[in-house]
Parts: sequence; C-alpha cells; structure tokens
Amino acid sequence: MAKRIEVEDLDIYYGSFRAVRNVSMTIHPRAITALIGPSGCGKSTYLRALNRMHELIPAARVEGRVVMDEQDLYAPGVDPVDVRKHVGMVFQRPNPFPTMSVYENVAAGLRLNHKRIRKSELDGIVEESLRGANLWEEVKDRLGKPGSGLSGGQQQRLCIARAIAVKPDVLLMDEPCSALDPISTHAIEDLMAELKENYTIVIVTHNMQQAARVSNYTGFFNIGGTGEPGELVEIDETPTIFSTPTHTDTEEYISGRFG
Amino acid sequence: MSSIGQDAVQGRRARKRPADQAFRGITTGAGVLILVVLAGVAAFLLIEAWPAFVAPAEEIPGEGGLVLYIWPLVFGTLLAAALALVLAAPLAVLIALFITHYAPRRLAQLLGYVIDLLAAVPSIIYGLWGFTVLAPATLTPTGWLAENLGFIPLFAGPASTTGRTMFTTALVLAVMILPIITAVIREAFLQTPKLYEEAALALGATRLEMIRTAVLPFGGSSILSGSMLGLGRALGETMAVAIVLSASGGITFNLISSGNPATIAANIALEFPESSGVAIDALIASGLVLFAITLVVNMIARAVINRRTDFSGAS
Ligand SMILES: Nc1ncnc2c1ncn2[C@@H]1O[C@H](COP(=O)(O)OP(=O)(O)OP(=O)(O)O)[C@@H](O)[C@H]1O
Ligand SMILES: [Mg+2]
Repeated sequence: MAKRIEVEDLDIYYGSFRAVRNVSMTIHPRAITALIGPSGCGKSTYLRALNRMHELIPAARVEGRVVMDEQDLYAPGVDPVDVRKHVGMVFQRPNPFPTMSVYENVAAGLRLNHKRIRKSELDGIVEESLRGANLWEEVKDRLGKPGSGLSGGQQQRLCIARAIAVKPDVLLMDEPCSALDPISTHAIEDLMAELKENYTIVIVTHNMQQAARVSNYTGFFNIGGTGEPGELVEIDETPTIFSTPTHTDTEEYISGRFG
Repeated sequence: MSSIGQDAVQGRRARKRPADQAFRGITTGAGVLILVVLAGVAAFLLIEAWPAFVAPAEEIPGEGGLVLYIWPLVFGTLLAAALALVLAAPLAVLIALFITHYAPRRLAQLLGYVIDLLAAVPSIIYGLWGFTVLAPATLTPTGWLAENLGFIPLFAGPASTTGRTMFTTALVLAVMILPIITAVIREAFLQTPKLYEEAALALGATRLEMIRTAVLPFGGSSILSGSMLGLGRALGETMAVAIVLSASGGITFNLISSGNPATIAANIALEFPESSGVAIDALIASGLVLFAITLVVNMIARAVINRRTDFSGAS
C-alpha cells in the first residue's frame, strides 16, 4: 500500500495546447499532498495525469515520467487500466452509480477486479470500506437502498469507500469537498487524516484553510497568463509554504486568499 | 421594493396575463385533442366492427366464427413482431454502443446519419427488397436448417421453395425497426453522464466493464422504450408483410415452411379490396384487436419503465 510517486519533467498537452509545463515533484507516501493555485492553472489536468484519466480526452497527451515503484506509469506496455487500479480517484461531484445500491456501489470495483469473490468475503470488504470511510453507522441499515438516496456528504464518503474498497496505493481527490456543506467537509477532512495512515493522498483544493489543516505537503501551481501553461511554483512542507514560502507569488496567493 | 410588495398582494388575486392564458388554452386543447382522436378511433372501430360480433358464425370468412377467424391472425402478428424484436433489439444495442463509445467521431456521425435515413425508407421498399432479394437468399440457409436442426419446432420444415416465410418476414421487420430502436438507445447512451463513466474507469474498469457498469444500466429503460416503439411498428407493419409473407392461415411455430400464419395488418390490406358485408366488419374487428394489442404493449412498457425509475434517479 501507500507508495511514493516521483514525477519528472511532466508536460501535459491538449492537442497543441500545453496546459502544464515541466512539473517535477515527489509525492510522499502516508502523507497528504495538497495542490493549490488559481483557477485554470492545470491542477485537475495534472492530477488526472497521475492515473492516466486524462487519456479519456482524445487529443490529450503527456511527456515526462511518473514513477511509482520504480515503474514509469507512462512506459510503453503499461496498461492504463492497471494504473487506475493502483491509483484511485475521487471526484469533485459525488458520483455513486445511481442504478446501484449502497452495497453494490462499494462492491463495484471488486466485482471488476476479481470476478469471483465469495459473498462472505465481499460482505467483509464492503463493511470494512464503509467503516474506513466513516459511513458504516449511517448506512448499515440501508445497504440495499439506492446510493443516490444519500445526502451529498454521505455520497462523497460512499465514493471514497468505493475507491478504497479496491485497496489502491494512492488516492487522488479533485476538490472533494467543494460541493459539500461545512459539516460534511469536516467529516471528509477527518476521514482524510485517518486514511493517510495507509494511503498516499493527493488533494486539489481551492480552500486554503483546508490545505493548511489537512495536508503535510503543499504545492502551489500558477499560470503566467492566459494561453500560457501552468507550472509548479514550489512545493514544500505545508507549514513552510504557509509561513515562509520561497516565492513571492506563493505568498501573495496565500495571503490574498487568507486576507 | 414597495411595488414588488404591492404586486405580491395583488398576486393573491392571481393576475391573469392574456398571452399566458391563451397559450395555456392552446396547449390544453392540443392535449385534449389527442385524447379525443384516440377515443374517436376506438369508437369507430367498435361501431364498424359491431355487426361482425353479432353475426352468425357461418357468415364470417373461414369456418367457426369470429374468434377462430381472428385468433390465428393475432398469433401471426405477435409471432412476426416478437421474432423481429428478438433479432433487432440486441443488434440495436450493439450498434448504439459502437456509435457512442467505439467509433471515431466522423464514422459515428456518418453511421448515425445512415441509421436515421434507414428509418425514412418507405415500408413498400422494404417489402419489395424482402420479396426480390431476401426471400430467395434465405432458401439455402432455411434448407440447411430444416435438414440439420429440424428437430427444433421452429425449423421443422419442409423448407419453403419461395422463401416467403415467417422467417424472411421477421428479418425484414427486424431491419425496419432497427433504426428506431437504435436511435432511441443511442440518444440515451449519448446522455450517460461522463461522471459515471469516469467513476467506473477510475476503479480500473476496462472499456467493456465501464460500459457494463455505467452505460448499460442507464440505457436500461431506453432499451425497453426503444424496443416497445419497435414492437409497435412491427405489430402494425402492413405493406412489407403483405408483400413478403405468403400466408395460408393456421397456427404454427414452424418459421421456414410454406404454411404461415397471416398478420392482422397485412391480412386487412390483402383482403379488404375483395371483401364486402360482414367480411369487412370482421376485418375491422381484427383491426380493433390490433389496436388493443398495441395499447396493451405500450401500457406494459410504461409500467415497466416507471417501476425502474426508482433506481435510476439522477442525483
Ligand atoms: N478537455 C480539455 N480540452 C482542452 N483544454 C482543456 C481541457 N480541460 C482543461 N483544459 C485547459 O487546461 C487548462 C488547465 O485546466 P484545469 O482544469 O486543469 O485547471 P484547474 O487548475 O483544475 O482549474 P480549476 O481550479 O478551475 O478546477 C485550462 O486552460 C483549461 O482550459
Ligand atoms: Mg480543476
């Protein structure tokens, strides 16, 4: 579980448009890395490049290396499907499968990955994952009900349960709380703090306080101007970034948002 | 501020805006009109068919009265339509999937266009094609079926020598209903929110698995409603069946022999010009039955679709 990722000189293109330029960073295991930066600077683009989700967009491509376990995820012959089994993702909008029950949602990934799985074993993993996502107590009596019948915050935790049920090494989260109320946000933040014991977590957030509260490392992305590629300005331990950042851009962005 | 307040107070006596009122009247009228037309059709069929219900059995064409006259037609109609649906629906799902999830954009657009064109071809053309091209082409396969799979009642044979069989008819009907079913399913697949496809892929689903988890469940009710539309069309199809099917009455599941049950619509088209008196009333009575069948099919479809919406709630 929980693996280190080394990103080396990553460029990401949409067709001929370079959206992200020359990113290198180390993503530490058993820690939360937060990515912050103004809108359009390529945070989502970068995050999705870490599990090759961007390949769904026809013209999108990547140059550079993303190394996990001494394996470049972009090496020829690496199957993006395998990459995504190891690097899970939680999205901005909660997206439990609406045609499936709570139980089936959590089991969905397992049914894909190991076709034959005993019911008792599946029950165990579903419960464990829901407990892991701090949702078990709230849904244990309605496992057979549609997942879309839960509240937004519960749905997002259901999505986290679904993602951790397949036991990935890394969990990517793109603004997982931006559609949620403060209480649900708090629940997810608590959950992240627990999950980092076992996972490598990367989270994109627009919420400075959230980055400061939950993350161990913070990376600041910025963009030169419209049409320019986004780039990583700096990444460091979160307290350092928020107290004594190296770049004035970082300081201005952070203080602007705090002020 | 104060004027809004006044409005709100006046609003209690619901201000009537003339344009709103008029439009509301027009739309209500249109809604009522459709009901009136439907009731009118039913009334017409009932009144015109009435003499056949009360006529003595000997006056009804064939022997044994109205029920024995209509029942084989009902059987033939249902058999042809059901077979066509069984052939067309799976193919429609595959085509829709290909267009929405596999084909490159250009090809997908072209295919979509061709499918829509197919829907616009008049049924008489399908009939002629079935008669001149498809029927002869089925002779070899049906001969083989009769010889090797003859133990299955569907292929008991002996194989027809003209090819104008229930088998050919079902094939023609399948081609005819394919476009409408495909179009409905394709629309639904296109509208599968990216959100759920991404959720499946992020779990490590292959494309096929993604389709199974995130696309097909969404398309479920559209597959049903598309199929019902197709079934409706197949049930009522007249000209193509009249041309292709060489009917001899009778009730049989044997699809490839020369003895085939007729269908209600084709039977009306073929018999009407030469009928008079009670025979016409009997034909109209069979039309009434067809009307009832299509109504029931649609009602069942609605019921099934409604029952499933419980689990398809968009969040
Ligand atoms: N599918 C796409 N095709 C082409 N360009 C895209 C696509 N998605 C994003 N972009 C472009 O890439 C750049 C980075 O977008 P991205 O969504 O990664 O920004 P972001 O930092 O996540 O912004 P936000 O904070 O608003 O979510 C933007 O200029 C955007 O217009
Ligand atoms: Mg984003």
